[in-house]
Amino acid sequence: MKSKQKIDLVARDLTNEVHEANFIGAKMKSERRYAALGRDYADPDKLRETAGLVKQHTLEHLDKYLEQAEASFERNGAKVHFAFDEDTAKKTVLNIMNEHGCKSMVKSKSMLTEELELLHYLEDQGKEVIETDLGEFILQIDNDHPSHIVTPIVHKNRRGIAKSFEREGLGDYNDDPETITRRARAHLRQKYLDADIGLTGANFVSAESGRIVLVTNEGNARFCMAANKVHIAIVGIEKIVPTDQDLGLFLNLIGRSGTGQQLTVYNQFIGGPKLKDQPNGPEHMHVIFVDNRRTEVLASDCREILRCIRCGACLNVCPIYRQSGGHAYRSVYPGPVGAVLSPLLAGNRFPELADLPKASSLCGACNEVCPVNIPIPDLLLRLRDKAKREGAKEAMKGTPNLAMWATMCSQPTMWKAALTMGHTMNHIPTQLIPHPSAMSWQGTRKLPKFEGGEFRKWFKNRK
Amino acid sequence: MSLLHTPPNRPTGKSVQLMTTCLCDAFYSDVAKATVEILDFLGCEIELPDGQTCCGQPAFNAGDWANSRKVIRHAEKTFSGDKPIIVPSGSCAAMIFHGALLAFEKEEDLPAIKAFGERTWELVDYIVYGLGITQWPGKFDAKMTFHRSCHLRGSRSPEAVNALLTSIEGVDLQPIDEVEQCCGFGGTFSVSFPNISEKMGELKIENLTACKPDVVAAGDMGCMMHFGGMMDKQGMPYKRMHIAQVLRDSLKNAGKL
Repeated sequence: MKSKQKIDLVARDLTNEVHEANFIGAKMKSERRYAALGRDYADPDKLRETAGLVKQHTLEHLDKYLEQAEASFERNGAKVHFAFDEDTAKKTVLNIMNEHGCKSMVKSKSMLTEELELLHYLEDQGKEVIETDLGEFILQIDNDHPSHIVTPIVHKNRRGIAKSFEREGLGDYNDDPETITRRARAHLRQKYLDADIGLTGANFVSAESGRIVLVTNEGNARFCMAANKVHIAIVGIEKIVPTDQDLGLFLNLIGRSGTGQQLTVYNQFIGGPKLKDQPNGPEHMHVIFVDNRRTEVLASDCREILRCIRCGACLNVCPIYRQSGGHAYRSVYPGPVGAVLSPLLAGNRFPELADLPKASSLCGACNEVCPVNIPIPDLLLRLRDKAKREGAKEAMKGTPNLAMWATMCSQPTMWKAALTMGHTMNHIPTQLIPHPSAMSWQGTRKLPKFEGGEFRKWFKNRK
Repeated sequence: MSLLHTPPNRPTGKSVQLMTTCLCDAFYSDVAKATVEILDFLGCEIELPDGQTCCGQPAFNAGDWANSRKVIRHAEKTFSGDKPIIVPSGSCAAMIFHGALLAFEKEEDLPAIKAFGERTWELVDYIVYGLGITQWPGKFDAKMTFHRSCHLRGSRSPEAVNALLTSIEGVDLQPIDEVEQCCGFGGTFSVSFPNISEKMGELKIENLTACKPDVVAAGDMGCMMHFGGMMDKQGMPYKRMHIAQVLRDSLKNAGKL
């Protein structure tokens, strides 16, 4: 079917294979989420609400908590850096590498590094960078991008991955998932040992204790740290929570919401470099807090989006994401959270991504599953309003002009005239029916019969 | 799982104003009639403000908030007074008690719009939680599925519908798969994202009809116009009814109307 919206066109043109991978992957995780939360808690909504309040509170006092986090990290012997923008963030990483004489980096999964395109930057500067999360490793060898924030290769299948491994010299073609994993594991083991610096993100940061919290299912984040002398944790400023105690709430929610696990397999609490009497571990820990337009988002009327803990539940449940897949969103963060966050993080490139908030039927499923209760549909609506006010063309493509309709709806005489004349509508081309949703419909839907005025007449004449 | 958007302490008296909704005014007059007949049965005194048109949602969802506010302002003036406002649509009701507050958050007349929302009820929400009726004295021999229209989220309407439908003698209400999934209507969404909208509609129809029901019911004619229109185009035989029509017909079957 013809369409002017890019995301709709991507969904139309997806191959069956990719569509199925996206759809089934998302649906399965959604089902696991419902099962896990429903089984373990009598009232999961209370948890979501509480977690949302904790995050919102933190954001509203972010200046205070950032300062506290900085002091806590310094007390623990870590060095704290602040990077206002993308450039500074990347240069800070490079400087730390140079300062410690590092050439080769192993890194764990971090959406922030995708946002910064850190990998390509460091490679351009002559450094070696290896992704160690299995999904991200596959994306790296394929020169591809994540289509999901938790399961980045949900759009791929094992046959494609087996071909990539064969191409990269990681063994003969074999699409058995266990074999693929074992091969990646053997390959990456040596990379961990050869590297001289490890980089991770952070799922949470406790301001109170100066700890970063990392959750993974592969244990790769701790390997990134274990064999190296230097550890960089690169963190968006919105990842802070006030106290260690708050982590109980978030760790219980993140696994269940994202993958339906009660707890992710590896949960690490890193409070600084190794202590003197510890035999192993990084001697230097650098924490880089990155803004990269987050304070702009904080100042906007969509600040609630910064509560996001990147669990991916909103992607999995979203009927649009299920049809279009993550790449359709043309940005690092896809799905409902991405439809809000990506255009905001784009700064003055907002108009280019202003169609993203339109890719929603506003059904509210994303809000319903969000572990920090972000009112995503409200934020999508605010961005639609912003796009319209700013005349963003991408957003308005295919949206009917509603000015005439509004005039008719605010003048009862016009409305009633349209109703009483309405029966002629049954005999004229459907394009002329003034109800906006009627216009592009005739291809796949039969329109209802026009009955304007009948009810009013009946009501007047009833006993 | 949802958190409530409905305002607390809405008026509950039996003297009510009826908001027909633009879709019922133009296309689905029997749904509006059914709403009146069950409100009559419950002993309500119904006022039908003559100047009513639409709740403003099409423009609101399209991002055209200036034009949406024009329509909402008109609706607020048309429904003056302090009676409960009853709407046979979760979508229009949510527009008034939730959406309008967003559209007006920077406007001077926000208090009036807020007060408008604080009187507004989706029909079944009003029957069960406004009037305290949890048993419906009707009779309807049918296997039935119910599409939980998305804008019933944030209200207690889904529980209310469930309570009433399951209390009707003869109704065999069947659970459906993926009840949380949208049917793909979404107002102007179905116009600007036709391919995704249609795929969503197909999935919803599949789930709603998997058990071969006698009746497919819904609480919103917007959803029904979309997926019902698809069913008609494909010549699918299932009878479709708005929840108000189910309630009304069940009273007739029981000889109470």
